[in-house]
Amino acid sequence: MSEILATITGVSKSYRKGKEVVEVLHDLDLEIPRGDFVAIMGPSGSGKTTLLNLLGGLDKPTQGTVVVGNDEISGMSNNQLSRWRSTHVGFIFQFYNLLPVLTAQKNVELPLLLTDFGGKERARRAQIALDIVGLGDRAKHYPRELSGGQEQRVAIARAIVSDPSLLLCDEPTGDLDRETADEILRLLQTLNREHDKTIVMVTHDSQAATYANRTMICDKGTLEHRETA
Amino acid sequence: MKYFGFVWKNVWRKKIRTILTILSVFVAFLLFAMLSAVGAAFTSGADVADADRLVVIDKISLINPLPVAYKNRIAATPGVQAVVANSWFGGFYQEPRNSFGQFPTDPYGYFSMYPELEMPEEQLEAWVRDRQGAVIGREIAERFGFSIGDRIPLTSTIWPMMDGNRTWEFNIRGIFETDDPRGSTLFMLFQEEYFEEARQFGKGTVGWYVIRTEPGANPVEVANAIDAQFANSPNQTETSTEAAFAQSFAKQFGNIALIVTMILGAVFFTLLLVSGNTMSQSVRERISELAVLKTLGFSDGSVLGIVLTESIVIMLIGGLLGLGVGWLIVQGAAQQFGSMLPGMFLSGKAILTAIGIMIGAGVVAGIFPALKAMHLSIVDALARA
Repeated sequence: MSEILATITGVSKSYRKGKEVVEVLHDLDLEIPRGDFVAIMGPSGSGKTTLLNLLGGLDKPTQGTVVVGNDEISGMSNNQLSRWRSTHVGFIFQFYNLLPVLTAQKNVELPLLLTDFGGKERARRAQIALDIVGLGDRAKHYPRELSGGQEQRVAIARAIVSDPSLLLCDEPTGDLDRETADEILRLLQTLNREHDKTIVMVTHDSQAATYANRTMICDKGTLEHRETA
Repeated sequence: MKYFGFVWKNVWRKKIRTILTILSVFVAFLLFAMLSAVGAAFTSGADVADADRLVVIDKISLINPLPVAYKNRIAATPGVQAVVANSWFGGFYQEPRNSFGQFPTDPYGYFSMYPELEMPEEQLEAWVRDRQGAVIGREIAERFGFSIGDRIPLTSTIWPMMDGNRTWEFNIRGIFETDDPRGSTLFMLFQEEYFEEARQFGKGTVGWYVIRTEPGANPVEVANAIDAQFANSPNQTETSTEAAFAQSFAKQFGNIALIVTMILGAVFFTLLLVSGNTMSQSVRERISELAVLKTLGFSDGSVLGIVLTESIVIMLIGGLLGLGVGWLIVQGAAQQFGSMLPGMFLSGKAILTAIGIMIGAGVVAGIFPALKAMHLSIVDALARA
């Protein structure tokens, strides 16, 4: 775990709320080794999701740099970031965010629409991703025909289908019961251990954090406390 | 193209709303097709008019006849190559609703004046040999089931025969047609000599003259020269190009083009409001989905393109359906009312214009929602989800 995949250096992030400027992250430094599974915990409003957004190129820091792999994404334009996200990072959300008009397979295929793969190759890769998350037999089902846990598995398949090295999970079990949450967390653990995915997971759930290799506590815009699981 | 399946799924996300929007587009383009065809019928005379042909009518009114004697004087006017006389017979077959145009004329003169009408030479000769002979357009033949050799009675609303009988009999000797879709063949021609001899009154007069000018002659100068000749006669003339004559004839019914444009303008304005509202709602409802697309790596341009394509697809579905049904109705109407309004058809130009309007309206209706989707902040949209 010595190779560093993501480096955050001196990052601050402020938002303007009316006339007031709110600083969400303050002079934050962080290194995430390749193959790590990091849980980030902390109270609401502590900047966890903002940190995740910066790592995923969804937002840009007010100050400081974010480097993922060999790319300094904090200096990229919006279009460059779009292209970068499509190949380097997968996102998993609390509420799955599947597109209701598409089947599980078509949802998983979405990121592949941005590649040069033909329809058959896209379908083949989507099927492999669904098989990995254990939903190969639900490919033709629409999200409304799936349980919450199954929807989240489809979302995970969508996140891994373009084989990114980094997975960013924002409360991936926040909408699930304990048993289903554990299944999802075990799946993430498998992706980390067997498929070499680097995972950064934001969670409120201390039990969820135990599945990670280490946990960081984000509070008042800084990573104040670090502990090893 | 690979996004099309995705676009298609989004179009049908709210089926009832999409169907209602498509219906409004359908109605708009149905109207477009029908009004375009009616407009074409009123202007078809001008469209098929030959720039070298002039029409001479009585200066006061088209219904006032002109003396037969004018023919030679017109023919002798410098710049005139050929002259043919025409009159309005005003007949119907069996019952008044079977009205169509019939014109007594000179067989050779007429067909050399209108080379766009095609008929086998032997049929023309057969017509010339038979004083009661007549030739009919293909559309007349198909509509009434007439064929060569048939003897048909026509009742004239204007011209009784010498014995007072208004029913004239003609022998069909030929069938003419035209390749020009704007040209009508919904009329009949018969010999002017027969008409002149058999009619009870109006002898020595014709309805109007059609002139072909010599190559290189200035039509305006020729027209002025003709009118000048008859300036002090009891029957002063008004000579105009065939196109101007056809347009002034159509304008008797009002400015059809303006009326059609105004109706369609109102319809399409309403259509834009309806479809624009649909697209706005559609985008508002799936802000988070659009944010997810952008999160996955879809560029701002791709998101803009997806929303715009949805809008255009809705327009094309409704528009092409409307245009198709409109075309069928126009075909039927042309059969039914062709005798009263010949030249009613949906032109290729009208179809291309309609498709252009569909795409344009799709862009206009979708552009603001599409721009909203394009400028969407992923972080804000996901936070609201």
